[in-house]
Amino acid sequence: MIYIAILIIMGVLLLATAIFAVTHRDLLFAVIATGIISLILSLFFYLLQAPDVALTEAAIGIALTTIIFVITIRNTTRDEDEIIDKKNEKL
Amino acid sequence: MGKKTMIALITLALAFVIYPLYQSYNGSETLKDVGQYYIDNGVEETGAQNLVTSVVVTYRGLDTLGEVTILFLAASVISFFLSFSKNDRIKSRSIRSVTEILTTSTQVLVPMIFMFGVYIFVNGHLTPGGGFQGGAVIASGIILMFLSNPRFKLSHKVIQFVESTSGIVFVLIGAAGALMMDGDFLSNKIPGFGFGEVGSIISAGAIPVIYTFLGLKVGAELSNVLGVFVESQSEK
Repeated sequence: MIYIAILIIMGVLLLATAIFAVTHRDLLFAVIATGIISLILSLFFYLLQAPDVALTEAAIGIALTTIIFVITIRNTTRDEDEIIDKKNEKL
Repeated sequence: MGKKTMIALITLALAFVIYPLYQSYNGSETLKDVGQYYIDNGVEETGAQNLVTSVVVTYRGLDTLGEVTILFLAASVISFFLSFSKNDRIKSRSIRSVTEILTTSTQVLVPMIFMFGVYIFVNGHLTPGGGFQGGAVIASGIILMFLSNPRFKLSHKVIQFVESTSGIVFVLIGAAGALMMDGDFLSNKIPGFGFGEVGSIISAGAIPVIYTFLGLKVGAELSNVLGVFVESQSEK
């Protein structure tokens, strides 16, 4: 019973974080939200008895992917509206 | 028709496609033939306590070789293209200052992260994880070193040496099993490596050796990708 409750809470958190990541205008926050998605996912894999997959997700999803996105943001722009404005200017 | 209605329509269509899959799914109570075979004979045939490892390295060793090849190709293509763009804008990467917290915590954490990565792939046949996971953990330690010290540079010679040597050793071990013991390619029966006692660290024949070299190879490849990525950045 507690097991199912934990799974449901984690699923709701996962959905909430995913919606936050898609809708948020500040890209750095969105990228960190995707990192949190990976964290919850790797907990999911662990609870569903796949520790090997959980380890992979933890190392690649949380650490490597997030850092690559953060480096990209550092060298481009943090604000999503700015990108949209630039696009509209070109058109 | 607006963009939002299009997105809603596509989502509905996806739901329509996926719903039959959900409807027809009923969890099976028993294992399929192959899974049952692995559980019955896996420990006996490979000597590995972790059945996932015995499947990944021994029963499906050829698939692992293919996976490593794909990772190698991806890493070489990334470094090929990124090193091109590096020549265009000459060394304009400004050195950013790093906070005390990051440098100090890196000094404490990096040795532990490396040790954990090595632990994961050395114990691949006993506990969850293996070459890929251990390699990824080691690469995350390397990226921490990049972040804490902007002047840090990976030696490409060392990376190349580690990567190519471990790849060659991996294939040679696989070939040794096939040629010298009449086994199959990439079976873990090779001369000089007994099965030992199930559950001890020196057991399972060639699996720990293969996983160690696999971990080094994956770690070197991922670190190389990250290193090229960091080095090719420039700030305007």
